[in-house]
Amino acid sequence: MFFGLIGVFACVASARFVRDRLLHAGEYYAFILLAVVGANGMAAASELLTAYISLELLSFSLYVLTAYAKFDLRSNEGGLKYMLLGAFSSALLLYGIGMIYGATGSTHFGDIGRALSKDTGGIDEALFLGLALIMAGLGFKVAAVPFHMWTPDAYEGAPLPVTALISAISKSGGFALFLKLFAEAFAPKIDDWRYFIAGLSVATMVLGNLVAIQQSNIKRLLAYSSIGQVGYLLMGIAALSPESGSALVLHMMGYVVTNLAAFVCVIIFYNWTGKEEIKDFAGLRDTAPFLTWSLSIALFSLAGMPLFAGFATKFILFQAAADQDLLWLAGIAVTMSFVSLYYYLVIIKEMFLGKAEAAVSMPVPWVEYGALAVLVAGVLFIGLYPAPLLDWVDGSTADVFAGVGQAAVAGR
Amino acid sequence: MGGVLFALVAVPVCTAVLVMLVPSRYPQLVRYLALLSAGTQFALSLLVFFAYEFDGGRGLRFGFRLDWLENVGFLGKHGISLHLAVDGIAAPLVMLTGLVIFAATFVSWNISYRNKDFFVLLFLLVAGVFGVFESQDLFFLFFWYEVAVLPMYLLIAVWGASSNFGSFVRTKEYGAMKLVLYLVAGSVLIFVGIFATFVEADRGTFDLPVLGQVQYDSDFQKAVFPFYMIGFGVLAGMWPFHTWSPDGHVAAPTGVSMLHAGVLMKLGAFGILRVGMTLLPDGAVYGAVSALAQTDLKYMVGYSSVSHMGYVLMGLATMNDIGVNGAVLQMFAHGAMTALMFTSVGAIYDQAHTRDMTTFGGIAQKMPRHSAFWAIAGLSSLGLPGLAGFIAEFHIFVGTFRAGYYWAGAAGILAAAITATYILRMLARAYFGPLNEQWENLREMRLGEQFAGALLIAFLLFMGLWPAPFIDRISDSVANIPGITS
Repeated sequence: MFFGLIGVFACVASARFVRDRLLHAGEYYAFILLAVVGANGMAAASELLTAYISLELLSFSLYVLTAYAKFDLRSNEGGLKYMLLGAFSSALLLYGIGMIYGATGSTHFGDIGRALSKDTGGIDEALFLGLALIMAGLGFKVAAVPFHMWTPDAYEGAPLPVTALISAISKSGGFALFLKLFAEAFAPKIDDWRYFIAGLSVATMVLGNLVAIQQSNIKRLLAYSSIGQVGYLLMGIAALSPESGSALVLHMMGYVVTNLAAFVCVIIFYNWTGKEEIKDFAGLRDTAPFLTWSLSIALFSLAGMPLFAGFATKFILFQAAADQDLLWLAGIAVTMSFVSLYYYLVIIKEMFLGKAEAAVSMPVPWVEYGALAVLVAGVLFIGLYPAPLLDWVDGSTADVFAGVGQAAVAGR
Repeated sequence: MGGVLFALVAVPVCTAVLVMLVPSRYPQLVRYLALLSAGTQFALSLLVFFAYEFDGGRGLRFGFRLDWLENVGFLGKHGISLHLAVDGIAAPLVMLTGLVIFAATFVSWNISYRNKDFFVLLFLLVAGVFGVFESQDLFFLFFWYEVAVLPMYLLIAVWGASSNFGSFVRTKEYGAMKLVLYLVAGSVLIFVGIFATFVEADRGTFDLPVLGQVQYDSDFQKAVFPFYMIGFGVLAGMWPFHTWSPDGHVAAPTGVSMLHAGVLMKLGAFGILRVGMTLLPDGAVYGAVSALAQTDLKYMVGYSSVSHMGYVLMGLATMNDIGVNGAVLQMFAHGAMTALMFTSVGAIYDQAHTRDMTTFGGIAQKMPRHSAFWAIAGLSSLGLPGLAGFIAEFHIFVGTFRAGYYWAGAAGILAAAITATYILRMLARAYFGPLNEQWENLREMRLGEQFAGALLIAFLLFMGLWPAPFIDRISDSVANIPGITS
């Protein structure tokens, strides 16, 4: 259902953009829907091949969508890069699945988990290789460092609504699968992969946030900032526990809502001006106050500032990690979200303090503003009253962890 | 009565939302709304202070709880709740906040550039300040702390003023960015401290009274206390993390400076007291020496605000009741006094567009009331008996000597003497003596500013002449802090 909502917002946000700038609108929406189906499949899969097929469905829709602006070189470049690297990582993933099947004799998550918890001996090489390959494959899909290279180019090249869609759906789908797979299947071997994931997480958040400081294009900046966010999310996997699972899903939701809000703002701005450099946002406060405040709220939320979703969800996620003896990781994460505040403030500074070059009268896009208002309300809702959402998420992660929860504890 | 505390947080937040909805073509309506709200907050905060004695309860009064997250994930009963209550330490500080926001609203009356946005951010900031003073929950204490810090960036960057010091220029953007980055860097440390404390306590709750009952391992206390101490210390202007303070203050608009130097910096010292010293007394003993190490002379006389906050930290470091009482008294005294100083400075800057004191001369002839305000603030700052500063500094020095830190106490007194020198010299130079013709056209402060100043002076005199209500409330609660000797 959550993925469906993302799809709806993506369609609403796309409408004007597609009409103005793209050809073949019909297929465009069909691909968005296919991507949503793929993501739903990934979240629901409890078998490796089903998961793989759903993931490919999602990825292929996104490859095509990325390159959809046929006459834009950057779009083609981004799409090509995304597809080549994506195909490569799919191969890795498939190879990893093969290894796991060879080591455990099953592709069902539950059966793998049971096989692994019985196997009390040392680590099996084939199993370890399979695990590493799957981590690399999934790491690529969610853009974890060092498998993140495609992200900035694909984000920059893709038509803006598609960028929003990639950032939302490819990550949430990827993490849903990540969590489910590792909680149900690989939990018994947690000691073997925990620090590997923790290392990925550190590399991802440090690199994403530090490189983001340098960016002058808002899409690239959001691309690197989303890489940073992936680092925080990986903490939830590294700290694998029912608490961190629900914290991860909650943060994912907060992040997706916030990021969509940010992208809708950028899309509206792009529809007006056709520009996407940070310095082009100068003086936006005078021309479009609602847009400015919405974007500021979204950015502050991404930086993890209170009143907004980012603060509550990050706090819960980091605390869940600290609970699993990963206080150092939580410390790095907090430091990195402090770093991220800087580059978000730079954008906010431009909007409030910069001087607009020429006063452009901008038509008010009511549909987009409506979508934006709903998203901003969502950001505030998650930030101020996450209790119902967390209760709900907690229920579903409890199911995921129920099957092998005991086995995982016994295996530790 | 618990509703009072909730109202103190809710009123500014609701005002912010309400003001945001006012169309920007009615700036006057925005002003009256702001004044009404600030007046309400002032009245409520007076109620908290004066009704304190009549509300029964052990230590904490006016308790109020709104569960936010509980029985989910790693959180148990009352896991995270908006738990508001004040003790004798928080009560005067709540009143101070009410006083300063009321005065600041008068002083900010003439802001005309986007005054709607200004008041929205100002009231968010105030909600954060009230929230920190009242919170009895570690999560929400931190939540409000960040709410108080965040609006500062835009308040300074948009409404502030850049300064040219001749040899170098400090832009308002620089001051704002530096301030926010320093304070948020401090909060990173607090964040880590909170995580560590929660895990160590293992009670599944962030409720401070519950966390306070836990006996923490002594090594743990020593390891984690510095996180709180430095994290909150950044906001309290603790050396060597104080350099954001002069840059930020110089750049900030008057009303914001009043709140910032007057109240916000107190949040830092209050955080050390409320979280660090209350939860981790062993660590505090260990950290006290490091706090005293920074009472060196250069630092004490360098910047007035920083040096007065230095007294607060010195008082906390004594770890005995007189010294800690003095620290809390000093928070109040300095808050009211700085607000008064910034009111006067702002009044003259609005007309002269410079704050360079050397260019003034004989202003007293043109602005007698302004000069009187400035003189009173200055005299309180140098510790003249009868004004609030004296009571506070006296307590702190007695506490310091009793704790055996003789040289620190001596340095503090010497610094007070040096403060007296520069305050008196400035009075002589800028306010008395022959009038500099350049300032022929200066006019008296606006009526609103005069009212704000008079109100602040009333409280300086109140505490200076009749400190008993303050000391009663404060010492009552200070005695409950573990590790405080009498």
